[in-house]
Amino acid sequence: MSYISRRLLRASLLLLGVSALCFLFTEMAPGSFFDEMRLNPQISPETIAALRSSYGLDRPLAVRYGHWLRAAVHADLGYSIAYNMPVAPLLWERAKNTLLLATTALIVTWMISVPLGVWAANRRGGLLDKAVAVASSFLISVPELVIAVGLLALVVRWRILPAGGMMSADSESFTALAKLRDLARHLALPVFILVLCETAVIVRHVRASVLEVLGAPYVQAARGLGTSPARLLFRQVLPVAANPAISLLGFSLAGLLSGSLIVEAVCGWPGLGPLILEATLSRDLYLVIGGIMFSALFMVGGNLVADIMLIAVDPRIRKEGADAH
Amino acid sequence: MRTKAAAVIVLLAGLHFVLLFAGFFAPYDPTAQNREMSYAPPTRLHFRDSSGFHLRPFVYAWAVGLNGDQPGSYQEDRSHEYPVRFLISGPSYRLLGAPTLTLHLLGVDEPGKIFLFGSDGFGRDELSRVLYGGQISVAAGISATIITLLAGSAVGIIAGYYGGWIDEALMGVDELFLSLPWLYFLLGVRAFLPLHLSTLRTFFLLTGVIGLIGWARPARLVRGMVLSSRNRNYVLAARGFGASDFYLLRRHILPEVFGLLLTQAALLIPRYIAAEVTLSFFGLGVNEPMPSWGNMLSALQQYGVLVSYGWLFAPACALVVTSVLYSSLAEVFHSRLKSS
Repeated sequence: MSYISRRLLRASLLLLGVSALCFLFTEMAPGSFFDEMRLNPQISPETIAALRSSYGLDRPLAVRYGHWLRAAVHADLGYSIAYNMPVAPLLWERAKNTLLLATTALIVTWMISVPLGVWAANRRGGLLDKAVAVASSFLISVPELVIAVGLLALVVRWRILPAGGMMSADSESFTALAKLRDLARHLALPVFILVLCETAVIVRHVRASVLEVLGAPYVQAARGLGTSPARLLFRQVLPVAANPAISLLGFSLAGLLSGSLIVEAVCGWPGLGPLILEATLSRDLYLVIGGIMFSALFMVGGNLVADIMLIAVDPRIRKEGADAH
Repeated sequence: MRTKAAAVIVLLAGLHFVLLFAGFFAPYDPTAQNREMSYAPPTRLHFRDSSGFHLRPFVYAWAVGLNGDQPGSYQEDRSHEYPVRFLISGPSYRLLGAPTLTLHLLGVDEPGKIFLFGSDGFGRDELSRVLYGGQISVAAGISATIITLLAGSAVGIIAGYYGGWIDEALMGVDELFLSLPWLYFLLGVRAFLPLHLSTLRTFFLLTGVIGLIGWARPARLVRGMVLSSRNRNYVLAARGFGASDFYLLRRHILPEVFGLLLTQAALLIPRYIAAEVTLSFFGLGVNEPMPSWGNMLSALQQYGVLVSYGWLFAPACALVVTSVLYSSLAEVFHSRLKSS
């Protein structure tokens, strides 16, 4: 389908752009990557020079980028200085955990926001609508870090949930079911924090897009013709309102990933977030670039899923794809 | 609506006034340590003692109890009252680069201490640190916003006004920046900058990085506005009379963009304050001993501190108040923009 192939082309161009940007930044950064090492009298200049050449840092930017790009096509994202192993498997191990956290949070967020937003729009000005508006505008303005730290403090103080990590220390001896339960208990807090932050944003957009359709002339006409409210909502309004909401799904991923970085680091969830933070602190060049690439990859992947869903939901896009060729 | 707008503006002005004159409102120097008073709980103000009610509040000194520095071991030493004195002379500070001053809003006589928000692990007064830290965090948010809006509107105006391939190229890069999770991106850029710098250079680098990463959204919005206003009849008429590009931009297009930029500023400032706080929280922003809301909160990364010393959430509360006020301001701007 040409619509999909155009989207794929855009996605790969985007990834190319992101990686080029990363390498540009390494070049523009004041000072060399090994400056801190140079301050250490126990490391000789020759060692540093050898290190530099072994990581390819003594070659010009274009050559370095070319090498990295050629390797990246074969899923080799370079070598981690701090971990002394290839970056890709290191990232993939953590990315799985981030994916688990982010997808769970995404599903729960949408399961809550869509009914809530539709209801609020349908009973505009009602008690629930007002409550949703006040709660969401408050939650949007509170920084995620504060929500995360605050909830963690409550959970740790009241000992309702385990805080930190992904499973209990003695989980090796658990049965499969107990392991799953253990994982769910560890997952609960980070997911809850993310859902709280994201729902506040999404619910507003869902409400707005449903409201827009509710005000459209054809809906008023249908209402005038005596269509029952339920049928009107489910057959006339929601299918049309789904388009902007699904486009939003793609956009909301960026916020979700940034949020999950904070939540992972605060709650000690072993995802990409803490790894990238560590890499930033230890100035592990290729690990940082790899992490950014992974986050961009998630975004692109999520947007593709949203695009495919749009095709399924919106006949106009199917038609546009057919028209183009 | 008008009263709400007025209330928000007055409260915001008050907040910034207090932060700007932190030296006067803070009873102590934010870096002065009292090692024997680590994690002292907030000092309680008393009005009533054995001799009856006093209009002037007084405080008791904290006596360290039996379990040393264990949480909850501080007890009030009731043997001596320290009346709270207003407008007293205390530790010296500099105000807006002006000569050294010693006047403080309130304080108590030594050796009494008035820690209204408690003290941190080094026995530094949390209230003074929240005020001075607010200076750093809010200044970082505001300057990063100015950078973003300058860069964003420059790109937006160029793209919208000249159109063609320039527009397409700029909007391509714009989409690239929009499609990245900002925090990953921010960390990435931060990783390429030197880790340890003088505090002042860190501050400028930090605001620069935060500001430059966010240019994409305002650029897109400004471009849209410029595109639509470029084809207004009066702009076309002015052009027909031979007005130059510069004149058209200055007289007709920029005024339209201005309201949009104001709303964007109110939205971006709290977000960028939060960005500074997040980076400093993770040890990538403003370093000790200079306080910022972020590096103050990073004490909470230890579970023991998180559970036992609730008053260390003071910077978080200040951050929430600031964010909520700015968001309300953005709402006020937004509704005015829509109605006009």
